[in-house]
Amino acid sequence: MATGRDDFVIAIRSAFLKKKDKQKFSLLTLIFLSIFVIVLSSFNFKVIQITKLAINEIIYRSSYISSIPENKIRQIISEIKSHLEVYERNQKELVKTEKTEQIKLLNNFLTEENKKLRELIDESISSEEVFAKVLIDKDSPYLKSVVLNKGTKDNVKIGMAVIDEVYLVGQIIEVNYTNSRALLLSDLNSKIPSVLEPYDIQAVVSGTGSNFAIIEHTQKDYIESFENKEVIAYTSGLGGLFKPGIPIGKIYKDETSKIKFFSDFTQLNYVKIVSYKVGGEK
Amino acid sequence: MSSLNKSPFLKIFLSYLPLIILFFSVFNEFDFNYLNLEYFAFNFVHLLIFFWTLRNPDQLGYFAIFIAGIINDVVIGIPIGISSLCYLLLCSVTAYIRNITLSPNFIKDWISLLFTILLINSIQVIILDLIFLLKVDYLNYLINTGFTFIFYPIFFVIFNFLNERISYQAND
Repeated sequence: MATGRDDFVIAIRSAFLKKKDKQKFSLLTLIFLSIFVIVLSSFNFKVIQITKLAINEIIYRSSYISSIPENKIRQIISEIKSHLEVYERNQKELVKTEKTEQIKLLNNFLTEENKKLRELIDESISSEEVFAKVLIDKDSPYLKSVVLNKGTKDNVKIGMAVIDEVYLVGQIIEVNYTNSRALLLSDLNSKIPSVLEPYDIQAVVSGTGSNFAIIEHTQKDYIESFENKEVIAYTSGLGGLFKPGIPIGKIYKDETSKIKFFSDFTQLNYVKIVSYKVGGEK
Repeated sequence: MSSLNKSPFLKIFLSYLPLIILFFSVFNEFDFNYLNLEYFAFNFVHLLIFFWTLRNPDQLGYFAIFIAGIINDVVIGIPIGISSLCYLLLCSVTAYIRNITLSPNFIKDWISLLFTILLINSIQVIILDLIFLLKVDYLNYLINTGFTFIFYPIFFVIFNFLNERISYQAND
């Protein structure tokens, strides 16, 4: 019995402490070093922040270069798919275009009317946009995020909204000097204050880790009334982070608590990083 | 062909190939999911580290694995150091298995891989969820573990072939 325990101890000691010919560090040293790095990364000291920024800058750029072949493969697959679906898509687009023309006319009128009404109550919303390229777009199962090629040198700040065409896709969570990381709406940690139209119900759109979101902090009675109706989630502007009225997604007709995003997060190439000001704010 | 086999460039390239694949995969965060199948994901880096540190640890240094972990954390956006710790724990299990095993057995290795990745994924979830308060999808981790376990035999064959070529070149 004692011999068995001795063998176990010897095997463990040998595994952790013994260095092979080509190993410069023992496993135990490196394990302690990793724990030390984890502890350090949880602190917010300036030296650590600067080191983190430098590491991020180098690794994001290198990762962008080394993912070029993989991105090319992805692009080719997506092009082949779109060629195969071209006829079906065209038919749908024809119907859509007709409807869009009608909606556009109505929208122009409503926008002008809205502008006049805002002027009457002395409130205006102005926004600034920065165009950014997606450097790294890894659909990791652990964290849904993208790395953008704009950072503090382009006045990007934490919390700014990230928009694809007109649709909200996420918000900035980390800013480096020349790049930044945006957390996508689909991430489990994403919570966006929103308003559900046309019912004007305040809710929180919460990411699920999959390609849809769920509605939180809304009474169930409201959700039940959505059945078989088209409900669209927009940003509410509450909390002061996002401009109100940015479209997020549409509620599934059959599953009333699920929101399907307007934007396809796997196809992001260029996005807008948006900040906004209300009224006379400077 | 035979002159190509004896080429010193090929010999050096083959000896560094596991390291090149490791760094290339952490920079890319491969998931091999070009079909966009929901939930389909497996951890290629875990398979790579498990095989090489078990069968031929001279080809993959612990310090390189530590650096690869740091890069992986930055690329996927989780706090720095977590992947390094997980990869090194994987190395410690393989080092232990190597010490207690006289003749390597594929089935035993495969089963120990399952327990090891379950352990390291649990450690990762605990650190992310309880210490850094980041929400993680447990189901994703579980499915990832399952697929990583299932895919081991395929990569075992590929890596084993590569390992034999490296040994052949080294002894030539």
